Amino acid sequence: MPHKWGMAVDLDRCTGCGACVTACHAENNIPTVGPAQAARGRAMHWLRVERYWEGDFPDVRLTFRPVMCQHCDAAPCEPVCPTYASHHTDEGLNAQVYNRCIGTRYCANACPYSVRFFDFFNPQWPKPLHLQLNPDVSVREVGVMEKCTFCVQRIRAVEIDAKAEKRELKDGDVKPACVQGCSARALVFGDLNDPESEVSRLSRSPRGSKLLEDVGTLPKVTYLERQTQV
Amino acid sequence: MSEASARKLGDDLLRPLLRTSWRFYALVAFLGSIVLTGLCTWAYQVYNGFGITGINNPIFWAFYITNFVFWIGISHAGTLISAILRLVNAGWRRPVTRCAEVITVFALMIGALFPIIHLGRPWLFFWLIPYPSNRQIWPNFRSPLVWDFFAINTYLTGSVLFLVLPMIPDFALVRDKATGVRQKVYAALALGWQGTPKQWHRLESAMSIMAIAIIPVAVSVHTIVSFDFSMAPVPMWHSTMFGPYFVAGAIFSGIAGLIVAMAALRKFLHLEEYLHPVHFQNLGKLLLLMSLLWSYFVFAERLTIWYGNESSEVAVLNVTQKGSFAPLYWTMVVCNFVVPFFIMSIKRLRTIAGCVIASFCVLIGMWLERFLIVVPSLGHKYLPYAWGTYRPRPVEIIITMSTFAAMTLLYTLFSKFVPIISIWEMKAGEHPSPALFPAATREHALGETHA
Repeated sequence: MPHKWGMAVDLDRCTGCGACVTACHAENNIPTVGPAQAARGRAMHWLRVERYWEGDFPDVRLTFRPVMCQHCDAAPCEPVCPTYASHHTDEGLNAQVYNRCIGTRYCANACPYSVRFFDFFNPQWPKPLHLQLNPDVSVREVGVMEKCTFCVQRIRAVEIDAKAEKRELKDGDVKPACVQGCSARALVFGDLNDPESEVSRLSRSPRGSKLLEDVGTLPKVTYLERQTQV
Repeated sequence: MSEASARKLGDDLLRPLLRTSWRFYALVAFLGSIVLTGLCTWAYQVYNGFGITGINNPIFWAFYITNFVFWIGISHAGTLISAILRLVNAGWRRPVTRCAEVITVFALMIGALFPIIHLGRPWLFFWLIPYPSNRQIWPNFRSPLVWDFFAINTYLTGSVLFLVLPMIPDFALVRDKATGVRQKVYAALALGWQGTPKQWHRLESAMSIMAIAIIPVAVSVHTIVSFDFSMAPVPMWHSTMFGPYFVAGAIFSGIAGLIVAMAALRKFLHLEEYLHPVHFQNLGKLLLLMSLLWSYFVFAERLTIWYGNESSEVAVLNVTQKGSFAPLYWTMVVCNFVVPFFIMSIKRLRTIAGCVIASFCVLIGMWLERFLIVVPSLGHKYLPYAWGTYRPRPVEIIITMSTFAAMTLLYTLFSKFVPIISIWEMKAGEHPSPALFPAATREHALGETHA
């Protein structure tokens, strides 16, 4: 049975520290656009930590929700792409083929989660960040869409290693950058087709829900609701 | 028709082709420079990257898609109106049809440019075309953008045929009058037209087939354009009524475009004897009808969303009706409903000037309508954290304005090279031959100026 990669996000554990965002930028060669472009809505964060204030002063509560591509099983971004740049892989990932993308940006409009990003300019990194690019991830040119891949390069690397060593993948072998970077262990990644994996167990939790479930996108990211009243 | 009046008809309508004043060159130079500026701006955009436009995350579509829908809408002026008027055999259509059909062809050509202008990597636009490649990669036929490609190409092909077929006898007429190179060119265009009964019969059959075939094509084109929006799960895009709503809006703006073009032709080419107030009055009545239909659609859409009270849709509704887009929204309501309704429903105001004022308002209003469909929804999708707003940048404004200049330029050039009023149809209207032309009603025949 092929893998079905998914994630669980424990909102009780998330402190909103943003380490996942930084790890994602470093791993995936995501350019930083600078304050002027960010103010114009051009910031690129494949993973963002949404911050919501709840309640009225003085009884306010700050809550966080890390939002990345939900890798929907019925993804609205896929059928609308005229060139198949956005498509579904056998392992349930929403893949984005940068070289096939012509930049209609239709996928970004169709995505209810607004987690797809457009390269408004050719990417640039302030020195010395240009020396730390990840060789496993292609750098995207101007005019294409890009998005969270669940760190497909890491998935592939672990799968290739396992095949060379003639062994099965174990739960926890694959860790996307955000999961690795999360010191609170709020993010859990794994194979949803393995009922014993931690992510499967958490996804079945009664605390679990999907983001915008009623849109019918069948996301593979499960959010575990907050219970503490901190 | 007497010999003298036939000659006068030919002289009047061929005058722009055979005589050219300095004003024509000045106008062409002026419009051409605006179009050139637009092309340079586009090149600048391609060179520098899409970032120099105003689009941002989450508003990935804005001016260019607005222009795309607007121009495709304008294209419904022609072919659809002219086809319906031909089918119902309205005699007053005769001087109107060709200026309407030309609008279709040029508006489609301009509209079809915008999906390419708006691409992030426009040099790869041909990946939308299904061509056999050794990589065996085809476009994604599930994508509404690919449907658009087919719909627009079908409509463009059909409307070019619909325009060119009835031009053949007129080309032959120019061929017979012109000399030198011009004669050779028009002889080639006339395709050996001799005016034999067999040729007339074939032309009439072809026109009947095209008039019937073009109507479903025109309806499908704007329905598919609306599918670009309604197929995506975006609040206030995901609507079952977008197809007919867009088609109604397209015909509405198309009639307005036609009235403005006809008024300009009448003034600048001195066609007062051919384009009568009755033509404007009749088109004005159509404009009134479409204004009411459009308003009904807007009312039905907005009422159900307000009453249904679904949070994500109400967010979009509020931002258009009461929020930052409210000034544009209420301008649209005034332009598309209040002004045309009052001017067109009062007979005394339904003059040429009144029709032109109402039509200008409708053109502005329909452009705003397209903008208000595209932008507020994208700015207010489901997650409030990702909301955004939009302001156009100079690139988008210049390219938008240059397309209006391009339309005027193409229209000016066309009326210089082709009789803008179909000469043979005018003659046929005067003297209907029972075998070939079903008789127009008497009061609609040429020369009758009363309503």
